[in-house]
Amino acid sequence: MGILEVKNVNKRFGGLQALGDVNLSIAEHSVHAIIGPNGAGKSTLLNCLVGKLMPDTGSVLFDGQSVLGRKPYQINQMGISRVFQTPEIFGDLSVLENMMIPCFAKRDGSFGLNAMTNMLKDREIVERAEHMLEEMNMADKRHMHSASLSRGDKRRLEIGMCLSQEPRLLLLDEPTAGMARADTNNTIDLLKQIRDQRDITIVIIEHDMHVVFSLAERITVLAQGTPLVEDTPDKIKGHPKVREAYLGETQAA
Amino acid sequence: MLGLTKKDFTLFVVVIVMVALAPFLLNPFPQGSSLAQMFNAGYPDLMQRFVIFGILVIGFNILFGLTGYLSFGHAAFLGVGSYSAVWMFKLLGMNVIPGILLSMVVAGIFALAIGYVSLRRSGIYFSILTLAFAQMSYNLAYSVLGNPSSNFNLTNGETGLQLLLTDPRILGQSTTPDGSLPVTNFFGIAMRDSYELRLGDWLFTFNAGYYLCGIIMLISFYISIRIFRSPFGMMLRAVKSNQQRMNYTGLNTKPYTLAAFVISGVYAGLAGGLLSSMDPLAGAERMHWTASGEIVIMAILGGVGTLIGPILGAGFNEYFKNILSKINDSVLHQWLGFLPDGIEDFLVTIIHPFVGKGWHLTLGLLFMIVIIFLPGGLVEGGKRLGGMITGRTRRSAKAEAKQRNHPAE
Ligand SMILES: Nc1ncnc2c1ncn2[C@@H]1O[C@H](COP(=O)(O)OP(=O)(O)OP(=O)(O)O)[C@@H](O)[C@H]1O
Ligand SMILES: [Mg+2]
Repeated sequence: MGILEVKNVNKRFGGLQALGDVNLSIAEHSVHAIIGPNGAGKSTLLNCLVGKLMPDTGSVLFDGQSVLGRKPYQINQMGISRVFQTPEIFGDLSVLENMMIPCFAKRDGSFGLNAMTNMLKDREIVERAEHMLEEMNMADKRHMHSASLSRGDKRRLEIGMCLSQEPRLLLLDEPTAGMARADTNNTIDLLKQIRDQRDITIVIIEHDMHVVFSLAERITVLAQGTPLVEDTPDKIKGHPKVREAYLGETQAA
Repeated sequence: MLGLTKKDFTLFVVVIVMVALAPFLLNPFPQGSSLAQMFNAGYPDLMQRFVIFGILVIGFNILFGLTGYLSFGHAAFLGVGSYSAVWMFKLLGMNVIPGILLSMVVAGIFALAIGYVSLRRSGIYFSILTLAFAQMSYNLAYSVLGNPSSNFNLTNGETGLQLLLTDPRILGQSTTPDGSLPVTNFFGIAMRDSYELRLGDWLFTFNAGYYLCGIIMLISFYISIRIFRSPFGMMLRAVKSNQQRMNYTGLNTKPYTLAAFVISGVYAGLAGGLLSSMDPLAGAERMHWTASGEIVIMAILGGVGTLIGPILGAGFNEYFKNILSKINDSVLHQWLGFLPDGIEDFLVTIIHPFVGKGWHLTLGLLFMIVIIFLPGGLVEGGKRLGGMITGRTRRSAKAEAKQRNHPAE
């Protein structure tokens, strides 16, 4: 059994069947990509995994436990972290503070009324945050206002924030969308490094085939809310149904 | 020192000195001079208001400055605190401590209930909910719970809750031996007791009530600095910055905002309790929505989200309110007497609506000027002024950046 088991998930928005009978099993320690044309339901599927949306039917099990009906913060505390299509960071806070927040959340849980200590005197947290920033190659930017970071750096910071929680499952929604080639390559390298060095499972939604084929071990193709095929990258490349439904489209574009 | 960074400690010491020396600082003009009549502010009741409203806005800033949730009903907690304290003086005795403690507890409970409901929404809807709750409280206090002829008269309606010679005061005395009302005191030190120091033409008043309020304000200020620098404070700033990211970082935003709301409610209750301790009379007008609006104005005037801003905003507001309401036509004629009569009368006519009873108008204009030219409030103004005077804006900015690189010291 995989670390994440999605069974018969359906989601309707009014008359639109956004997800139709999605079955998916993600093996632990793998990198699993979900691809598909615009509007295929990829983000909707992700939203059903993290508590943002509630599927109409079906079940989602993480490590044998159901995530349905739980709040996003509870699902995160179970060990699932999410990177957004546009980087979601704390723009008003410094880079170091951004990194400290998930460290606090990991150590102290979803709420702590620690109102009388100086946060910078919490050596354990500060060291952890600084260590993580070094790993992200951002140590020199730690006192910058995070809103003033470049798009690529914001993405790095967001990924770093997720990793600092040591999640067992990392979900990425188009992490390279809108990025320049150089930033995209940096992100690929970063994700490879994460894959190789950490005890983690990665699910990535991506439009950029270059990113998908350089990272994924398995690929699921989603079309009109239903998984079309699931296989290894090599097989997917040659699959006639996929070429027709998806790859042909991107090559033509 | 005291668990504060060097910079915060310096700020704290400056505020301590200001509070301690306020009777001197606020009385720069010799007694009896016309300038003194107008601009001196070293009177006990005015100084008390400075620090009490300072407490109120310091607390408000913990909610609004850190989380960005704009409560438009904080006067409700001020009023609840005022009534609670007066009830203590009626039932228990004239020592201010039980009154102050009860005002904090009751305001805290109110804040918990109102916050629990209001915080289900954010942005403008949150503000409207708090406003609605405060207006409900006002109406309850003004009429429903304040019918003098009923047995359950909590607030005494329009007249306001006041001490009576027939109050039980089980730990004290209902009346003094000479048959008048006893006065509020702190373990025997009457709040209205003052020591007067005469130096030449100058008269300085050191009032017991002012110093009690001042010390409580300093404690409140100290706690707010600690909150600002704590992990809890950082989480509140994170709420303001990005709630979505917080939720997906495993943090539950609800208890954070609710805790901030209750803390700021307790601060407001404390301020109300102190107002009653200085003058044991509580009226519903303290809960009116205009009073809530004034709290918002003081916070923005001083500088939202800054440490010292609330104190400056409260001081500025109270000081100008006091001066402007004292200016009347005869004062204006006195000031403008050197001008030809026609021009003098003309100017007096023009200025007339802006002073005396029209002080709201001028304060409103001042508020607009600050918001437009100094969006960061008086704190920003002070920074710019400091930069202009030293002419070293760049260097100091650099130094500041350097300091931020070693924040642990
Ligand atoms: N909250 C919503 N309400 C109504 N319809 C929605 C909602 N969210 C998504 N949809 C619809 O569901 C379908 C799937 O959307 P989804 O965002 O999951 O696609 P996607 O595969 O992520 O596409 P893209 O590649 O453009 O990000 C789309 O037709 C979209 O318009
Ligand atoms: Mg999408």
